[in-house]
Amino acid sequence: MHARADAADTAAESSTHWPDDIFATLQRFDVRQVPYVPDAGHSRLIQRVLASSTMRGISLTTEEEGVALLAGAWAGGQRGVLLMQSSGVGNCINMLSLIPILRFPFLTLVTMRGEWGEFNPWQVPMGSTTQGVFELSGVKVLRASTAAEVPAVLEAAAAQAYNALTPTAVLLSQRLIGAKVFTK
Amino acid sequence: MSKANLLDRRQVVTTLLADRKDVVAIGGLGASTNDMCAAGDHARNFYLWGGMGGAAMIGLGLALAQPKLPVLVITGDGEMLMGLGSLATIGLQKPSNLSIAVLDNEAYGETGGQTSHTSVAADLVGVARACGIGDSRSVTTMAEVEAFAKAVHDVTAGPRLANVKIDSTNLERILPSRDGTYILNRIRGDLGFQPI
Repeated sequence: MHARADAADTAAESSTHWPDDIFATLQRFDVRQVPYVPDAGHSRLIQRVLASSTMRGISLTTEEEGVALLAGAWAGGQRGVLLMQSSGVGNCINMLSLIPILRFPFLTLVTMRGEWGEFNPWQVPMGSTTQGVFELSGVKVLRASTAAEVPAVLEAAAAQAYNALTPTAVLLSQRLIGAKVFTK
Repeated sequence: MSKANLLDRRQVVTTLLADRKDVVAIGGLGASTNDMCAAGDHARNFYLWGGMGGAAMIGLGLALAQPKLPVLVITGDGEMLMGLGSLATIGLQKPSNLSIAVLDNEAYGETGGQTSHTSVAADLVGVARACGIGDSRSVTTMAEVEAFAKAVHDVTAGPRLANVKIDSTNLERILPSRDGTYILNRIRGDLGFQPI
């Protein structure tokens, strides 16, 4: 059994609203396809997407599927966003090469593990290299560490990804999401 | 290496695209993308020179964005094996306008002809069917290829997959454009989308 604890230094109310802020921004940018590999930190946003009439949530078996899917979506005239956790970023590396080659709008929202009060050591290596992997792959990295800064960071990320075709990853800090708590 | 009863890959792809009308076709990394070019360059051909394992997912993204257009992925057994999970993703989404034709020569032809998993054990038709792609066919005759080419135009009854056993002979390379941005924007332009 495990449960998530709220981030200690984040107001309880705003900490529950940030996924709704993300959803509202994605809706405003006319995002239509939302491929995801589930993560506890993305669970509320995934629920909102699956309940939406304009967005299609697409459950993946592995994260690189989502990169290829977004290329196809853009060829067909639709924008998308890839939801994953930091451990999935490594799975994407070769497929990220499609982004500079095809020049399609790429936005991904990554919930971070292994960086803030992590319990599971197996999350730390990939969590530590997530930002570096993106930067080496030509993806700009923005970060949101508090609920209050989520709207502005999402706005900037979506604007540069969709308006300027600047591949962008938003890292949603483990401090924002809350470290997963494992109990017996 | 070649067996008399196996189909000619160029003839298969030419037949799949002969009466293509509004089909958008995606060619997987390797000889499949060359076969598509050999059948005739087209504004709706999405040639891949990389991203191995991604052809079916590009097809899914396109098919979901354009549900009234037939979308046909033409790829090899090696490329499909690298993206096996995408068959489960497609089986879940059930895009009725998506078709996948696997040109199965049971080998990695581009890299020296090393045998692939389909030569001994892996059954891609069985995998696709078990992933929820009900219309999954094993194709061994040109008549079956022609039937599949017709089915591609039915955008209400997919997704479907045909695993086509082809001859493993390496043919002269007919190379399509390698400029991905050109290829993608040509498709977008033909579908009526403006540059950003």
